[in-house]
Parts: sequence; structure tokens; C-alpha cells
Amino acid sequence: MTKLVELAKVLRSKNSGPFEITLDILFEDVEVYKRVACSGVISSKAIAALYQLEEEEITNIVFFKKALGIKITYSRKISSGTVGDRDVYGAQQHAPLMDLLIP
Amino acid sequence: MKDHIKILSPCGILGYGFPKESFWKGMADSPDAIVVDAGSTDAGPHKLGANTAIVSRQACKKDLEYMLVAGYEHKIPVIIGSAGGSGGKVHVNWTLEIIDEILEEKSLKPSKIAVVWADIPKDLIKEKIKLGQVSPLGRTVPELKESILDETHDVVAQMGIEPILEALSQNADIIVCGRAYDPSPFAAVGVYYGFDEALSYHLGKVLECGALSSEPGTTKDCMMGIIYKDHFEVYPTNPMRKCTSVSVAAHTFYEKDHPFLLHGPGIMMDLESCEFIESGEGHVKIYGSKLTHTSPYRIKLEGARKVAYRTIVIAGVRDPILIAKIDEVEQWVCESVSEQYGEVDKAHYQINFYNYGKNGVMGPLEPHNTAGHELGILFEVVARTQELASMICSSVRSTFMHFGYEGRKSTAGNLAFPFAPSDIEFGAVYEFSVYHLMDVEDSKALFPIEYINKESA
Repeated sequence: MTKLVELAKVLRSKNSGPFEITLDILFEDVEVYKRVACSGVISSKAIAALYQLEEEEITNIVFFKKALGIKITYSRKISSGTVGDRDVYGAQQHAPLMDLLIP
Repeated sequence: MKDHIKILSPCGILGYGFPKESFWKGMADSPDAIVVDAGSTDAGPHKLGANTAIVSRQACKKDLEYMLVAGYEHKIPVIIGSAGGSGGKVHVNWTLEIIDEILEEKSLKPSKIAVVWADIPKDLIKEKIKLGQVSPLGRTVPELKESILDETHDVVAQMGIEPILEALSQNADIIVCGRAYDPSPFAAVGVYYGFDEALSYHLGKVLECGALSSEPGTTKDCMMGIIYKDHFEVYPTNPMRKCTSVSVAAHTFYEKDHPFLLHGPGIMMDLESCEFIESGEGHVKIYGSKLTHTSPYRIKLEGARKVAYRTIVIAGVRDPILIAKIDEVEQWVCESVSEQYGEVDKAHYQINFYNYGKNGVMGPLEPHNTAGHELGILFEVVARTQELASMICSSVRSTFMHFGYEGRKSTAGNLAFPFAPSDIEFGAVYEFSVYHLMDVEDSKALFPIEYINKESA
């Protein structure tokens, strides 16, 4: 088992518009990409549990081999920059992904 | 028809800056246009609501000076998308003032400046709401109500290529666009010269972030795009960077909800079957971009409204007994304050705590909700007026400071304030109140073009 942070080249979060946050996991090597993509670890169930979301709050999980990347998009509970928001750019919401264990 | 055209993108956001050498190197490759995106909703609703810019005036002027002088000398158009950050009337005028200043100082005499406005009248939106032609963009965005629209500061919409094409056909030397779909000003150049719309939009998507899709990626450096009949090519003009097939393919991930399906005004791009081919020296060629026209033609509306005023305090906690029960203590502080101000309706204010070192960044979503040996606590009171926010906040601060929680040994005070005074009046808080799609019959009608004829002036 290896932590996702050790396999990914880019692991980041950012707003996708003011009402969503998108998580990107990008790889350098096609074999590593395949290892993660085929592991089944990245699923809406797993992400929902990790981020304390309902599964329907996750609007996209897309595996895009050509770009060696996986994208997960979910609805914000509070829109960017208003009362109660903690991360205006959504730039620091990726850390929980780092510890996911990949077989 | 030309066999190819070149577009130089100096940086990802006008005012972010770029190395002069990269820019000159790009100009030496004879681009047909200089295009830059100036906008973003990323920094929050405040810019739209309070009419402020994303970069300083000086930073914007510095970048524009290079672009306008080079555009004038090479006799190529300079196009600015989403002027001033949010692309509303005030933001566009701010940009136009800076341009005027530069033209004056540098004695440049462009013959024609086109301004494409992107402000959408609220009365029209109300009509469209009645017709059922306004829909929320995202599952958590509420339906747009007239009352919310009334409270919203100016509303802008993202333009497609159509009005920009018209400005190009009128031979404008400088085109200042209000809010635009980020790729539109770039795509308009490709389409104007007769190149494929899908390739033009995809190129625009890559160029609007400057050199971000190169390695090492940055929005603060220049990128060149070349459109040919059946493909396009991109490269960073700074030799220390290069594009790779993966860096360009992965770029569409950035800040988008889907990695290869991208929605724009009246279009949807499908980039799933693109081929990204490295052609040497940091250049990448892209084939196979697809685009469909969507019907009805929909434009994205953006607007912000003022929702409250805020006063904040920053403090540190080092006492382990207090850290161990911080959530409970904060709860008790809130209850105590609402008792002290029993005459104030609790619905008129809100007290929030951000415990940095515990779950300050992620709040309730934090999987590791445990504290270290010290905590940074930011607390805020948001209220209907600044006065009320400050009054309640002052009470939260003094109550928290002296709160006698069970087991307390530090009976002289609970908080380490880094500053005196401790209470900071923040001003207004905004929210994105309009983030909706609206059906339109005509892709140009809502984006009127104004020509400023410098020759006759």
C-alpha cells in the first residue's frame, strides 16, 4: 500500500466557479495512473466518506487517461467568499486525499 | 486566407506581470494579435459587489503599457477580456482610464478603440425569469428571485466570440471587453481569420492562463498559440519553460468541473479525443478538438449582493486545559453573549469561530479534528450593520477573554491578542447572488459595442 500523495505529481483543490470545489489528481507516469485509477479506491462512496458529503453532492468523478488525471467535483456547502466560507479560492481542500492508501 | 495566425498571451491575468524578455521574444515571432484575460470570479464576490479590482492600478498599467506599445508598433490588435477583473461598467471604465493615460504618455494614436459592454439590465432578467428562461448554474444555487435581483449590485454576463468578431471586423486596434467567457477574446481572433471554431476555442482555453499549461507552469509568463487549418500549436516564449503533451492535456482540468467537457456561451467543447503531440523545443500540437453549438444559446450571469457587515478578532491560545475544551468554551461564550444582549434579535447577528491548528481550514469537513499545542483563533461577528457587528464582537472578545470555564487555572485571561486594538472592523460581506444561465435569442444584442474614434477626436 502506498499513500496517494507519494504517487501523484499534482494533488490540488480549487474553485470551479463559486459554488463548487474541484479536486485534481495528476500523474507523471501512465502505469502509476492506471494503478490508482484501477484500484477502485477513488469512488464517490470513498470521497463522500472522506469529505463528509452526501454522494449526490459529488457532481463529477472523471478518469481522463490522456491527461493522466482524475477529477472530482463537489458542491460547496457555502459559496465562495460569503459568510461562513473558510477557503475563498478553495485552494486548501485537497489534503485529506493525500492519505488515501493505494494497493 | 492566411495559412496560420499567431496569438500572444502575455500572462494569465492582466496585471499579474510577465518577464519583459519573454514578451519581446514573443513579439519577435510576429503575432497577429495580443490577447489577455483580465478576469476571474476566484477571489470571491467582493470585487463584483464593491466594484474593486483584482490587481492594483499600477500593476495593470505596467502590463498594458508593454502590450499597447507593442500592438501599436506592430499594427496588430490588442484585446482585453473581462476588463478590470469582473468586467462590469465600473471595471471597464477603470481600464479605459488606464489605457487613455498610457496612450497620452506614450503618444500613441490608435485609430479606433472598441468597448464591448457586458452589463445586463435587471428589467430584462426579470422578464426572462417570468418566461422561465433563467436557471441556476449548479445544484446548490437557488432559483433567481426578483427580490434577490433587486438587492444585487450590477449584473454582468459572459460574452461569447460574436460581439468581439464584430469589433474585429470594424478594424478596432484596441478591444476592451466587459465580462467575457475566458477563452472568447482569443477564440474570436482565430474565427475572425477563418479558422475552425473548435480549435480557436480550445486554443483560447489554453492561452487564457498564460504559461500555466507549460512546465514549470505559471500565470505570470507568456504563451504563444498558432492556429492552422486542422490543428493548433502552443509554446511558452520563455526558454526555461516547455509544453509537454501531458501538461497541455491536463490544463483543461484547471478550475473546471469536468476535464474534457467545457461549457461556454452557446457552445460545448469536447476535448476527449484530442491528440497532443510534442513537436520539439517545448512546442505541442493539438488535433481533434470538437465543439457543438448549444440551443438555446445561454449566457452566464454573475452578480453579488451585500449580505452583512463583519468585525473580527485574531487571538492565540496556548493553555492546554482550554485547548482541550475549546469547542465547548466557544459554545458557552456564544450563549453568554446572547444573554447579555437579550434585547437584540439573535437572527440579526451570527458569531463564528475559526480554530486554526484544529479545523480552521476545513471546518466540519476536517477528518483530523485534533488540536496541536497552540491554537490560532479567528472569531467574527457578522451582523446587519457594522455597529451591531462591532458591539457584539466586543462582547464576544471580553467574554471569551475572561470566561471561567470548569477546570480553569489561568484566571487572568484566556486569549493572547497579537495586536492592540484587538477588534478589526472588516466592512461589508458579499455573496454571489446571481450565478445563473439565461436563454438569449441573439448572441450579440446584450453586448453593445461602443467605438471611440481617436482620429476624429
